Amino acid sequence: MQLKHDPSVSSYYVNDALYQELVDSFSDWQRDELAIEDTAERGLFRALIEREARLLDQLRFDDWLAMYAPEFIYWVPGTPEAGDPRREIAISFDDRRRMEDRIYRLRTGYAWSQAPKSRTVRMISNVEVFATEHSTIRMVRSNYLISEFRVDGTRFLSGWCGHRFVRDADAWRIRVRQVNLIDCDQNLRNPSIII
Amino acid sequence: MLERLKAPLAGAESAAERYDWDALVQDDRVHRLIYTDPAIFELEMTHIFGAVWVYLGHESQIPKNDDFITVRLGRRPIILLRDSNGKIRALFNRCTHRGTTLCRKERGSARFFQCPYHGWSFLNTGKLRAVPWPEGYACDFKEAKYNVAQVPRVESYRGFIFATLNSDAPSVSEYLGAITKPIDEWLDRQPGGKIAVCEANRLRYKGNWKLAYDNSGDGYHVVFSHRSLLEMENRQADVANKGMSYYKGSPDNAPMYMAYMGHGHHFKDKRPAIEKRAGGLWAVEGPHPGMEHYAQSLRQRFGTKAEEILDLASSEPVNINVFPNFSLLGNHIQVFEPVSVDETNVTWYGTAVVDEEGVLGGAVDEINALRMRTQEQFPNFGEVDDLANFEEIQRGLACLEDDWVYMHRGLGIPGRVRTDENGIIVAPATDEAFMREYIKEWKRLMKTSPNLSVQREP
Repeated sequence: MQLKHDPSVSSYYVNDALYQELVDSFSDWQRDELAIEDTAERGLFRALIEREARLLDQLRFDDWLAMYAPEFIYWVPGTPEAGDPRREIAISFDDRRRMEDRIYRLRTGYAWSQAPKSRTVRMISNVEVFATEHSTIRMVRSNYLISEFRVDGTRFLSGWCGHRFVRDADAWRIRVRQVNLIDCDQNLRNPSIII
Repeated sequence: MLERLKAPLAGAESAAERYDWDALVQDDRVHRLIYTDPAIFELEMTHIFGAVWVYLGHESQIPKNDDFITVRLGRRPIILLRDSNGKIRALFNRCTHRGTTLCRKERGSARFFQCPYHGWSFLNTGKLRAVPWPEGYACDFKEAKYNVAQVPRVESYRGFIFATLNSDAPSVSEYLGAITKPIDEWLDRQPGGKIAVCEANRLRYKGNWKLAYDNSGDGYHVVFSHRSLLEMENRQADVANKGMSYYKGSPDNAPMYMAYMGHGHHFKDKRPAIEKRAGGLWAVEGPHPGMEHYAQSLRQRFGTKAEEILDLASSEPVNINVFPNFSLLGNHIQVFEPVSVDETNVTWYGTAVVDEEGVLGGAVDEINALRMRTQEQFPNFGEVDDLANFEEIQRGLACLEDDWVYMHRGLGIPGRVRTDENGIIVAPATDEAFMREYIKEWKRLMKTSPNLSVQREP
């Protein structure tokens, strides 16, 4: 699909409609009647997010970005209820260009908060898949635990993720990943990895 | 009734006398102990975070009567509230009975607080309201000593709430002195001179709180500590002038400057480095989500008037630092909170434009949508590198025999640092004059026995 604007260069797609889509699709989506029980489908999405976790642990950012739709959002809310990002600051709220900036910064060699780099192991569990009103959109909930070693010890980042997957011609791609740290509204030490 | 805090602090007085403060804080350097000694940190909890005005919160966080938030004054847990009559108070979050905290929520609304332990309850004025089975007590509960202790002086300056346990302190306006002018200018660029506080990027580091205050006006570190940020912000720019690019080249010859304004406060003015026109700030704002869409939409609706509106989403290029714990920079309110000698919380509150009169023609929601995103920039991509450097200072200072931390940049060069007719000390952007001056004030306070009290009558 040809996009009017290259999302790596400009940010036209972050508009009121997108913000409203985020607020709507991440409210009240884990409903029992929408839960997908089919084990093959659940296995497919589990495998996708496990692969995503491995790519991040391995710092394979280009392969990781390829799992995302051209126009995507990486959203780490700063409040447990994850309200409206138009009115709230998030811990992180990246469109494609900002995420590519983030990766660029980490690769400069001058990002002191990641020099040396963290070593991470991500554990994914409790994977659930939910339908939406579109057959080409699925929501996936998972729990995660990141063990992160850097400099003076190992610490843990714990939370749950909401992935919004959209089906394009050949694959399911991530349109939104919402990362909900259990301590998102507390003072965090060096949150400089891609969570 | 004000209780003077006597005997328990006598130990603190003799501890202060144990140090040769003039040896620890010299004209050009300070001793590593001021960052590493737990006993000096303990003294700071009274001599600094008790004796002078400390920022607690903003009135927009407690907009209605009975609203409260829980904060800290030094390490003391505090309920900052607007009582049922509208008066702003800072109560010690500590039941008079046996000392447990009364309020376990971070924010809310309450006309009274009931202790979860034995059920004593207190009005939000601090007055004791009721005690279960009072017939089991011989004492007279009308005595003031059973009311919740509260901070005797709580004052706002244009919405910023400060508090001190020193009942002889000057007014907040007097304490702020000359720095009220930059604060006024920072507020008055918004419609109505108002902002609303938004929740925050909350960070912490394993290092002493003064490492952050040392950094708060530091122009020398920008191109080194934030090299990755400057490169990131400018990687796709037509002109590499985004963010703090004005620190490149010869920052000391640039029109920006620092000003020490007394009482430990200082101001870094980078506005002269920016083109003075509507849209001048927007032009150097780094890439952020939504910027092209919202700029296009605003320009279609407002024509050339959109440029000054877009400047409201952009970072105001100033650092306004109020000793000991409050900073206004960009659009942020930054609060430093000491946790221990080598742990500090740094909270970057965002602010939103509040357009009560509608002067922005309906653009306020869009400007705030951009402003939330621009405010995420520095904490995500800049501050984390400074905090890593602060942590590494705390590690480096474990070298016991390497005594000195130098603050002498600019010192001794004739004509470089000048004092103007109002006593304000002005220096080039990378100078360390502000550090030397604020730490002199810190030393004066550490040598001075503070006269602290709590208030028991509402």
